[in-house]
Amino acid sequence: MISALWVMVGISLLLGAVLGYSAIKFKVEGNPLVEKIDAVLPQTQCGQCGFPGCKPYAEAIAKGEADINKCPPGGEDGIRKLAELLGVDYKPFGEGAGPKAKAVAFIDEQTCIGCTLCLQACPVDAIAGAAKQMHTIIASECTGCELCVAPCPVDCISMVGLPESIQTWKWPYPVYALAQPQTPTREMPKS
Amino acid sequence: MRTLDHFHGGIHPAEHKLESSELPSRIAPLPSLLILPLHQHIGAGAKVQVQAGDHVLKGQLLASAQGMVSAAIHAPTSGTVTAVQPHTVPHPSQLPGLCVHIEPDGKDQWIDHAPLEYRAIPKSELLAKLREAGIVGLGGATFPTHVKYSLATDQRIQTLVINGAECEPWITTDDRLMRERAAEIVRGIEVLRHLAEPAETLIGIEDNKPQAIAAMRAACAGSDIEIVTIPTLYPSGGEKQLIKILTGKEVPSGGRPTGIGVACSNVATAYAIHRFVDHGEPLISRQMTVTGNVRTPQNIEVLIGTPLEELVRLAEPLPGATGYILGGPMMGVHIDDLRLPVVKGSNCIIVKSAKLFPPAEPAMPCIRCARCAAACPADLQPQELHWFSKARDFGKTQEYSLFDCIECGACAYVCPSHIPLVQYFRFAKSEIWQRERETQAAEIARERHEFRMERIEREKREKAERLALKEKAATAAKPAAPIAAPVMINPDADPDDTLQMRIDAAMTRAKEQAATAQPRNTENLTPQQQAKVAEIEARRAKFSELASNAGADDESSKKS
Ligand code: SF4
Ligand code: SF4
Ligand code: SF4
Ligand code: SF4
Repeated sequence: MISALWVMVGISLLLGAVLGYSAIKFKVEGNPLVEKIDAVLPQTQCGQCGFPGCKPYAEAIAKGEADINKCPPGGEDGIRKLAELLGVDYKPFGEGAGPKAKAVAFIDEQTCIGCTLCLQACPVDAIAGAAKQMHTIIASECTGCELCVAPCPVDCISMVGLPESIQTWKWPYPVYALAQPQTPTREMPKS
Repeated sequence: MRTLDHFHGGIHPAEHKLESSELPSRIAPLPSLLILPLHQHIGAGAKVQVQAGDHVLKGQLLASAQGMVSAAIHAPTSGTVTAVQPHTVPHPSQLPGLCVHIEPDGKDQWIDHAPLEYRAIPKSELLAKLREAGIVGLGGATFPTHVKYSLATDQRIQTLVINGAECEPWITTDDRLMRERAAEIVRGIEVLRHLAEPAETLIGIEDNKPQAIAAMRAACAGSDIEIVTIPTLYPSGGEKQLIKILTGKEVPSGGRPTGIGVACSNVATAYAIHRFVDHGEPLISRQMTVTGNVRTPQNIEVLIGTPLEELVRLAEPLPGATGYILGGPMMGVHIDDLRLPVVKGSNCIIVKSAKLFPPAEPAMPCIRCARCAAACPADLQPQELHWFSKARDFGKTQEYSLFDCIECGACAYVCPSHIPLVQYFRFAKSEIWQRERETQAAEIARERHEFRMERIEREKREKAERLALKEKAATAAKPAAPIAAPVMINPDADPDDTLQMRIDAAMTRAKEQAATAQPRNTENLTPQQQAKVAEIEARRAKFSELASNAGADDESSKKS
């Protein structure tokens, strides 16, 4: 009896030590939920959600301080993904918010005075240029966040919609005729 | 006699091959116009090397391969490049892609070309030459051939499978090619054997093509290439299915045949390789079946880039066309517009009529009869895939191996409820690709953002350090005469100089600079450089137009 007790105590101490060790050794940096939420956000860093970037929004969602329907660039799919991740119901966009068509910024190279203000605003360094030099958007890196539009003192930045291309084209959701359900008539023999 | 394996499922759709298989194939006359899309293969599109106004010779390079998975495009005849501009391309989206437009001069004058002594050069060089010759798989997938045969040093090819099955209804190009050019095909197969060094070479042909089988047997007599007659069953011409039939091996999900020691190419590809090594001709033409609602269904050798309109006219279309199918009825693309050009992957054009292709029957809900699953050659559960695609539950579709679906249409063919199953699978696949692209873009944006934050932090730190250093130096050097302040102040700056004035000044300065700037170093430019300059100028013009439009929009919105 006593020896059995000792064995159990020994086992529990051993397991406890293993658990304690792995808790230190495999410690997860940061809040894993925030990371997971951040991973489904589009990383546009546009602030349209009312937070200064995707990560802050993710933190707010994780704390339960923000709704999941606040990110226009993510679109309805984004809300769906968040709902799935958090195990809550899908929620459509609120008043005034809504998904946006993808666009990239364009700088009118003739008007640009090289003030570098847009360069400082771009959260993903998608603008190339130096002081007093013409600036250009690196279109492939631009996330379309529009943060560079307002700071430009000469209004030379415009957002240009991305046309659908063969590379981005998607097969449509199938639409086809459904057979009309046949209403049985009275004359039909009952089998 | 080789014992054959078989794949799961399969169907027997009406063949409709006799319509076009009995007439000898003919060569199409020069078309009035050629339209060559730059993206005719899987992988990166080719990079255009000519410009409007250039005179090109037959076989001259129009666009070179870009990156590893890509293939070059050549001029199919001599003539003048009239434009390099977007044109609708044969793609289900029917969206425009960049194309080189050529007006033939009627001389059909070849550029210098010579046969290739391929055994005398290293294999890597031969592969590079195939890439430059624009050779891609002509069975339909248009996968660049040089990529398929670029084997890792430890990869051994046990079996080379040559695909002559041609299982899709209506299409007879490979059949005619094997009957008429068997010896030439074998010459091409020799090149593939040289590249892959297989232990055995098998040509799989369905038993509904006895003449083709006889012709290939005769051409292969005395060599160790084996012709294997396989039972007619759709889709035995699918790469994975044919490999299963001939070797019993299964290509793993998401894997390539080379991973299990098998290489597979189409007979038409072998023929194109023969044209290249024995005549020095790049891939500029191919055989196509023109059939359906036409007076003389037949096979025609046609230049790549020929408008389908001119091709169909050769077979004398009958009245009552209700549309066209590019490819076969099971896997082809339905189109309404015949101004599309022939591309390397086109093997057949079918003119539809209400009688031959009656409109799809109305669909009914799935009754879970599982007939689709019984017919699926990839051994999938189409009814489940349908269910999850319909509900947009794409994660589940992937769990049910959506990407193993070869879109053969066997499931939809047998479905008693007439559900367009393949449409659902294509929809689900492209949605998943789209998400993939978005996740990747988000990942890049995240990295760039994090990098930027780090950079800003670092710059702040460095600035603080510099300042601290400077202060130290300043206190140390205090006794000496105070020199210029670290910050330059514009001496003639007005104290009430507002920000707006500075901006205006900068704008005029920028304008003046732009006006006075003279292009330098613009003599002796190569045509390419000139093209580049013209391109940039055009881009600038577009930008200023865009900006002025945007400005106008702004103003109008302000007014309203
Ligand atoms: S709106 Fe969306 S993309 Fe923009 S910062 Fe917020 S979470 Fe990021
Ligand atoms: S260029 Fe402008 S729109 Fe594009 S990512 Fe940068 S700030 Fe956003
Ligand atoms: S064949 Fe059609 S009706 Fe039958 S299970 Fe498949 S999808 Fe459903
Ligand atoms: S289309 Fe896809 S799911 Fe349908 S039978 Fe063919 S491989 Fe199977």
